Amino acid sequence: MDEWRRLQPRKAGPYKVVGKPLPKVDAYSTVTGRAIYADDIMLPRMLYGGLLRSPHPHARIISINTRKARELPGVLAVITGEDLPRKYGILPSSQDETALAVDKVRYVGDPVAAVAATDPDTLEQALRLIEVEYEVLPVLMGIEEALAHPDIKIHEETRNGNIHKAVSYEFGDIEAGFAAADYVREDWFYYEGNNHVPIEAHACLARWEPDPHDPIGGKLTLWSSTQTPHYVHREVSKVLGIPPSHLRVIAPHVGGGFGGKSDPFSHEICACELARRTGRPVKITCTREEVFLIHRGRHPVKMWIKTGVKRDGTITAMHFRSFLDGGAYGSYGVATTYYTGALQPVTYALPAYKFEGMRVFTNKPPCGPKRGHGTPQPRFAVEVHLDKIAADLGIDPIELRKRNLVRPYSRTINGLRITSCALEECLDQVVARSGWREFHAARLAREAEAVRQSSPVRHGMGLALSTYICGAGKPIYWNDMPHSAVQIRLDRGGGVTVYCGATDIGQGSTSVLAYIVAEELGVEPERIHLETADTTLTPVDLGSYSSRVTFMAGNAAIQAARRLKELLHSVAAERLRLPPDRLESGDGFIYCVDDPQVALSFEQAVQLAEARYGALVAAGSYAPPEDIHGDFKGAGVGPSPAYSYSACVALVGVDIETGEVKVEKLWLAHDVGQAINPLLVAGQVEGSAYMGYGEALMEQQIFRKGRHKIPSILDYKIPTTLDTPEIETILVGQPDDEGPFGGKEAGQGPLLPVIPAIANAVYNAVGIRIDEVPITPDKVLRALKAAHSEPGERPLPPPRVTPIVLNELWPARLIRWSPEHLEQRPDPTNGHHQHPRQGESAPHGAASTSSQLPQKGGTA
Amino acid sequence: MLRLPPFRYLAPRTLGEATRLLAEEGPQAMPVAGGTDLLPNMKRRQFTPAVLIGLRHLRELKGISGSPEMGMRIGAGETLTSISNHPLICAHYPALALAAAAVSTPQLRNAGTIGGNILLDTRCNYYNQTEFWRHSIGYCMKRDGSICLVAPGSPRCWAISSADTAPVLVALQARVRLVSVRGEREIPIQELFYDDGMRPYTREADEILQEIWLPPALGWRSTYLKLRRRGSFDFPILGVAVALRREPDGRIGDARIALGAVASHPVEAEEAMARLRGQQPTPALLQEVATLAAKRARPLDNADLTITYRKQLTPVYVRRALDLLLEAEQGSGAE
Repeated sequence: MDEWRRLQPRKAGPYKVVGKPLPKVDAYSTVTGRAIYADDIMLPRMLYGGLLRSPHPHARIISINTRKARELPGVLAVITGEDLPRKYGILPSSQDETALAVDKVRYVGDPVAAVAATDPDTLEQALRLIEVEYEVLPVLMGIEEALAHPDIKIHEETRNGNIHKAVSYEFGDIEAGFAAADYVREDWFYYEGNNHVPIEAHACLARWEPDPHDPIGGKLTLWSSTQTPHYVHREVSKVLGIPPSHLRVIAPHVGGGFGGKSDPFSHEICACELARRTGRPVKITCTREEVFLIHRGRHPVKMWIKTGVKRDGTITAMHFRSFLDGGAYGSYGVATTYYTGALQPVTYALPAYKFEGMRVFTNKPPCGPKRGHGTPQPRFAVEVHLDKIAADLGIDPIELRKRNLVRPYSRTINGLRITSCALEECLDQVVARSGWREFHAARLAREAEAVRQSSPVRHGMGLALSTYICGAGKPIYWNDMPHSAVQIRLDRGGGVTVYCGATDIGQGSTSVLAYIVAEELGVEPERIHLETADTTLTPVDLGSYSSRVTFMAGNAAIQAARRLKELLHSVAAERLRLPPDRLESGDGFIYCVDDPQVALSFEQAVQLAEARYGALVAAGSYAPPEDIHGDFKGAGVGPSPAYSYSACVALVGVDIETGEVKVEKLWLAHDVGQAINPLLVAGQVEGSAYMGYGEALMEQQIFRKGRHKIPSILDYKIPTTLDTPEIETILVGQPDDEGPFGGKEAGQGPLLPVIPAIANAVYNAVGIRIDEVPITPDKVLRALKAAHSEPGERPLPPPRVTPIVLNELWPARLIRWSPEHLEQRPDPTNGHHQHPRQGESAPHGAASTSSQLPQKGGTA
Repeated sequence: MLRLPPFRYLAPRTLGEATRLLAEEGPQAMPVAGGTDLLPNMKRRQFTPAVLIGLRHLRELKGISGSPEMGMRIGAGETLTSISNHPLICAHYPALALAAAAVSTPQLRNAGTIGGNILLDTRCNYYNQTEFWRHSIGYCMKRDGSICLVAPGSPRCWAISSADTAPVLVALQARVRLVSVRGEREIPIQELFYDDGMRPYTREADEILQEIWLPPALGWRSTYLKLRRRGSFDFPILGVAVALRREPDGRIGDARIALGAVASHPVEAEEAMARLRGQQPTPALLQEVATLAAKRARPLDNADLTITYRKQLTPVYVRRALDLLLEAEQGSGAE
């Protein structure tokens, strides 16, 4: 068994820090404007850098003339694609970007040249003096266009037209599943993409320190508003040809990321190269429009779903297809493609499941991961589709869902290990708290009252469920090293310094580390000094993506703290003449559990331990277990050491004369295991609900004539606090066996059910289905007019998702897999693969109930 | 961050000095009050004035005085917040208070003035873009280009009058006073507007909008409804301002209906207003009037949501505004 687990006996008594609603450690500095963001950093002799971006969605570069820009006084460097020709990309399988365009531009905003100048006005002028001659190429702006024109290739490297990635899987026997169904339904859905809109625009500052005695020529430091300093470190090192030892990447305070700051970016690489060339620090701060162009936002996805059910609603088979509009580059797109299919069986127990996904290149800003990464789109489709099936069968949508809920401690048809799971409790809680049954029972009376008062508003309630990962089970570059590591150093004055690569992007990961270490060492969180997100100072944490930090860095922190605690307790036991197992730490003391008056201060213990053992430094690390997924190609996307679960009920009012939808309240139950800090968890749940609400009703990432139509936060609508509906957060669930103090993720999962819950509520209110997100008032009114036209009227047809017709077979080889494959697999020898997981070292009630549950899959 | 182009800022102490500076500096100068519209536009290079003449501290542009019986004077430099909070305006010219409160965000209403809102630059989502974006698409005739990108065959610019207070002041039959070194003139506010997105105002470059005069309000009721995607802050994609006065027998003595954000200027629905005058309001009549008023709305694809939708919503909003005023009338005995 992994060592971190042995080192993680839970405290007997109640927690001192964990579970308390403490303020974030950086709350005061953030709200008073004292926190230092990347753009706040100024260095002596600093230059201002900027990028010249393509005005064309698709064009060949004939020539670039930078002479006039270079000759402008105050300009110190101008670089173009040939200066940084090495390709890069966040995924090893999609190394398709260059820092500056080489030969071709693929979207409006593709960087073409970069300039460093002494001041911003000179910079602006210089960018305008660069002359680029383009040969304009035909433009592909959507999935259908990209599929219809394989001859117009956006990337020469793609084998099949503009298809970036296509996958095809069959888990279990899909034909038998459909044959066993009493009823089969098919639907098409479309989820329009959207941007993350972090309040802080991307910014970075690079500094080159030349050293003629160093064969590399010097060392480079990059401060950047990034979620993934580790991967930026990796890619900048690669493109600039500087060994990682000579590069330091630091993420200062980050003003929101939501996935939009998890790629290595052109502006980061260019700032580094400009700094190296000029020998002066170079800062590049993006404009809001550039944030929309950099994008990496939610993929537009068209989806087809076919489900077979028994008369009672039990699902017998599901076939799901997704078509992703990837934009111009790969980014995380391969992973996104897998994620549109991977988690369906983690919410509902599917006995047979077929998934086909494809991502195509288009001439739009590249899409990537946004909160929920590839799963909000299928979640919307599945939850609305199931509601339709429930209506078709005349079954209560809650009953239909209850028949199919995934079971705790089971194995999914696609091989994923499920451990703690309070999905049913989430569902029960939102149903009870929202007054769901009473609301639906009073439907006729409520409608009669609306008519009597001649009110145009009709109310409806909708519901949806969801699942999310607590960290990706596999790193982006597969290896056997830890995903997260923490070092702790104790000083003889009683100070505690925690070093971890984890990157706080506002979600509170630094605070969570402080609470965890404080709990474990028995000191106050305020005593702890945190050094984070610095590739030179801190051990690697892979980054703030896939909701992994609390789970993984938290476990690493527990391990490191536990190691120090053992040293402290050993010297304290000697001094107090007590056996070590009678000692406990808390409130800055190490004391006897039988008589707390017998105690040693934390400082005294540290000094004794340092005298005995030397410098007090310990490290801990975490890697997810190995046996949590299937053994097929592509099985690396979807597994996670644990899953969070959520349920949402939305109450909406729909104006039948205007089509306007007002969300009056959202009830959101979330299984977070143990909340390390319930205040932060509630903040994440509310933030997710708010963002989901905006995606459901408002946000439109639309393009016109090859350009982003509205790249400003005035015109691109995200809700403000004033628009946000009332949100009731309900935390449920039991501590997870493997999570730090039982904690699971909260940053992304709660967004997922919000969108389909609102869509289902609109249907419940007015009886029309908008199978396309966002559900804007024009679509609602059009559907209402089509459904309720008077004789003689000729309304427009209702909005409908146009199916994608493939003239050929699915362009990927079908991989068939069943959980029996796992059973046939011989036991690995290294001890990491022992089964069953839940049978051993299970200190929690949740685990003991699991033994009574029927085992699915192959773990038994 | 987008940067402002370089400019000189002049801070006159009197209105006389301001008009003199404006005349001296000529067309390269622009007056600025709250700056909430002009400065973002300058960052995007819709305007690149060499000189800005600040009106912010001019006493002649301040003050709200008068009474509903005699009519009221509002200094053009009063902020939208002070107008939306003014007790007499709230009680007797509620449409104006509602419109002022519906502009943008609390922060911008604290800075933005009513004069600035009346003279808001017309808007279009091909025009209100950065220099980079407009360069990328080839510019439009309103700035730096030669064609209208919304209606490429059209000889004119279709940018939209998007001020919330403008249709209200039209419906209230307000008058405005403009002053310059050449003298001053007071005109009905309708005469301030042109139906031309490129030159939407009859204000000459050397004139300063000093004040707004509201006629007596006795017997009048008014309201303003605004359509937008985001309730908390957005420009209107439809504004409906209605003011009406009823006779003692319940017939409608007079009615004014003005629509905002449906053309390059605030549009009066004359046909609809005429149909209402002297009539007893019935649901059928109100529906008819609403349909008549909506004929004046000809939205184009240069603002949020679809043309069809904005067109379809016009009669709904007109009828709702009328319903609100007539219901309020019925309920007013109890209040």
